[in-house]
Amino acid sequence: MESVGSFILYVIVSLAIIVFSVMAVTSRKILRAATYLLFTLFAAAVVYFMLDYQFLGAVQIAVYAGGILVLFVFAILLTSHPGNNSAVLGSKRRILGLIASLAMLFVSAAALLARASLFAAKPQMEEVNMQKIGEAMMGTGANQYLLPFEAVSILLLACIIGGIVVARKR
Amino acid sequence: MEISAIYFLVPSLIMFCCGLYGFITRRNMIAMLISLELMLNSVDMNFVIFNRFLFPGQMEGMMFTLFAIAIAAAETALAIAIIINVFRSVNHVDVRELNEMKF
Repeated sequence: MESVGSFILYVIVSLAIIVFSVMAVTSRKILRAATYLLFTLFAAAVVYFMLDYQFLGAVQIAVYAGGILVLFVFAILLTSHPGNNSAVLGSKRRILGLIASLAMLFVSAAALLARASLFAAKPQMEEVNMQKIGEAMMGTGANQYLLPFEAVSILLLACIIGGIVVARKR
Repeated sequence: MEISAIYFLVPSLIMFCCGLYGFITRRNMIAMLISLELMLNSVDMNFVIFNRFLFPGQMEGMMFTLFAIAIAAAETALAIAIIINVFRSVNHVDVRELNEMKF
C-alpha cells in the first residue's frame, strides 16, 4: 500500500516524463529540445529515487544532466544559430514517423497490459548502500563486476583519444 | 493505491516511442542524437524497474544501467566530435544533404 504522497509524486513524475519527452521531439528550436531533454532526464532520476536506487539517481543527475547536456548545449551553439527554427517537416515524413511510433506504442502497450497481472506490488528490498555497490564493482567473484568496470575505463580512455583525434583542427 | 511495475513501464514506453518518432522525423543530427538519448534512457529505466520489481535482492539491472550510462556518455562525446567535424567540412548538419562519405 502506497501513501498518498508517493502516489502524487508518481503522477507528477510520469506526467513530466510524458509531456517533456513529447516536447523534446516536437519543439522547433533545438536549444529548447535540449532543455526538455534535461527535464526528462531529471524525471527519470526521480524515478530511480522512488525505486530506492539513490546512487543510480545521483549518477543519472551527475553524468546525464551535468555532463551530456553540457556537451549537447555546446554542440548546438557551435553548429547552429540559436534563434533559428528548424525547417517545417514534410507531411510524408511526419506521417511515417507517427505510424512507426504509434504502432510501436500500441503493440508494446497491448503486450504489457495483457501481462499486467504478473507484476505484483513493489516488494520489500534491503537498502542498496554504497558498500554493497562498491563491493559488487570491485570484486571478481560471482555477481561482481571488476572486468566490466575496467572495460568501461578503457572505453572512456579510447573515447577521450578518439574525440581529440576526430575533432582536432587539420 | 498500489503502484505496480506497469505504472512505471508505461511512461518509459511513451518515452521510447517519442524517441522513435524524433529519430525518424528530425533532420538536424544533434536533434537525432537527442532522440537517441531518449530511447536509451527509457531502456535504462526498464532495466531498473524490472530489477526492482522482479528481483529485489539482486543488482544486475542497476549495474547494467550504471555501465549503460557510462557508455552513453562516451557515445555522445564521440558523436558530437563527429558532428562538429562534419559541420566544419560542409557548414551544416542536415542529414538529408549528407550523402557523400568523403568531401
